[in-house]
Amino acid sequence: MNAEYMKEESGANVHVRRAIAYTVLVVISFLCLFWFYILIINATRSKGELTQGFIPFPSSHLLDNWKGLISGTLPVWKGLRNSLGIALCSAALSTYFSAMTAYAIHVYDFKLKKFMFTFILMIMMIPTQVTALGFLQLIGKMKLDDSFIPLIIPSIAAPAVFFYMKQYMESTLPMALVEAARIDGAGEFRTFNGIVIPLMKPAIAVQAIFTFVASWNNYFTPALVLHTDTKKTLPILIAQLRSADWLKFDMGQVYVMIAFSIFPVVVMYLILSKYIVAGVALGSVKG
Amino acid sequence: MKKAKRSKIVSYNKWGYIFLIPFVVVYLVFQLIPLFSTIYNSFFENYRSGLKQIGPNFVGFENYRTILTNGDLLTYTKNTLIMWGLGVVPQIIISLLLGAWFTDPSLRLKFQRFFKTVIYLPNLIMASAFSMLFFTLFADSGPINSILMQMGIISQPYTFMSHVWSVRFLVAFLNFIMWFGNTTILLMAGMMGIDISLFEAAQVDGARAGQVFFRITVPLLKPILVYVFVTSLIGGLQMFDVPQILTDGTGDPMRSSMTLIMYLNKHLYSKNFGMGGALSVFLFIITGILSMIVYRFATGKKED
Repeated sequence: MNAEYMKEESGANVHVRRAIAYTVLVVISFLCLFWFYILIINATRSKGELTQGFIPFPSSHLLDNWKGLISGTLPVWKGLRNSLGIALCSAALSTYFSAMTAYAIHVYDFKLKKFMFTFILMIMMIPTQVTALGFLQLIGKMKLDDSFIPLIIPSIAAPAVFFYMKQYMESTLPMALVEAARIDGAGEFRTFNGIVIPLMKPAIAVQAIFTFVASWNNYFTPALVLHTDTKKTLPILIAQLRSADWLKFDMGQVYVMIAFSIFPVVVMYLILSKYIVAGVALGSVKG
Repeated sequence: MKKAKRSKIVSYNKWGYIFLIPFVVVYLVFQLIPLFSTIYNSFFENYRSGLKQIGPNFVGFENYRTILTNGDLLTYTKNTLIMWGLGVVPQIIISLLLGAWFTDPSLRLKFQRFFKTVIYLPNLIMASAFSMLFFTLFADSGPINSILMQMGIISQPYTFMSHVWSVRFLVAFLNFIMWFGNTTILLMAGMMGIDISLFEAAQVDGARAGQVFFRITVPLLKPILVYVFVTSLIGGLQMFDVPQILTDGTGDPMRSSMTLIMYLNKHLYSKNFGMGGALSVFLFIITGILSMIVYRFATGKKED
């Protein structure tokens, strides 16, 4: 009888707990999405409509706001092109060279191997901000100020991407494969490009997405490096919008601009969310 | 024969060095040299006063003495930690709860993929765009005030941007929303690694869900929780985009939301390299110490 009672209680318990879980999940999801709902609604409103208070239904001025934005003073298309170019180059360089670094540490035996691995893990957490001062002085001396190069090339040395690649290699790249390629007479460089890179495709895809997003969203360094208006990336344009006398600004256009700068990443995420979420879990360090 | 074989191995292994060249060169040029020149700069007086350039003159530890004694560093460290703390506490609590629910087989929650997709989404949103959005939403004549007035909760618009704690809470809330999905996924990975027989044994002994959570899940997750906590602190010390955009770099009201990196950014813009250098070194030392803790956990060196 006692056992039966317990079972019944735990059954009711599960229902209650499930109800609580769903309630919290719905509230949390609301807190994640509500802001974007207002963003989309307000992007469709005209300047006049926006001053009349919030109405939870879309209006018909999205296209007008968009046209107003691209014919305005902000170089949004240039910003998009700059952001896209920098982010794509960073993602390509970061994944390719991190795979190469991981390959060096994974496959070869050399004196400094252990030291290098430890060193890269140690520097993984050092933020770029603390070296920004020297970085700016250096690129000034190299005549690379106001150029995209200092925003792209440094992504070759990405400790976190390296670490992911190294872990992935440990589970998917058998040494026998490398040896077989050697016996077939392939050079080390060809083995890496022809066999290892194709094998690493899933890891490269996941890390390319993360590097792309990080670069796309980056504000601190680009804001310090880029000065010419036509070279600026989207986050800098957003900041400019904030420091402009925004009361004079057409608020409908401000909403469209915000939507415009987050739209590409959101679309990419909705298509690839399954892989991205799985990628985060894979990249976690097991305690 | 033997000799030839050895030289063959050596000739392979030299490729280890060759493949490391891009990383080492780029790291050296764009990270290590800047780090040393930042440290070097911190010992010099070097700034602009109006049109006049002062220095660079060697001043020893004078810059360090100045940032440590003029009170700014303390204020901005406090601001940064307050806004980080306000965000990280709900972040870890909610992540633990959601992680436990997602991994609990007895709950069998539906729409898991939908919820996971939604909670991770804010992490990918451009922080500056998200902050700009919040600035417009919480403006005096913005939609949030409009909604609150329509609902009859307030009669006058609340000036979110001119109250110390409302700005701090907005920053903390944005940080929370952007990071709890990431933490949930990390903790879930940890929870799924816990031996299922422990939960079964607890169930046989008649443990309640709350007891299982606090007596089994949380203690076994301790290493990952420490990892999450410390990496979040390192991230928190770098807090910049959100308060910078939300307050237009001023950290207002009365610099109560000015963070350490916003302070550094100010020095970098005004080209005060001496003070900027000393501040960078200060941040470097703190993150260095915290990184050592993370490193110990990441490489699995157990203390107990």
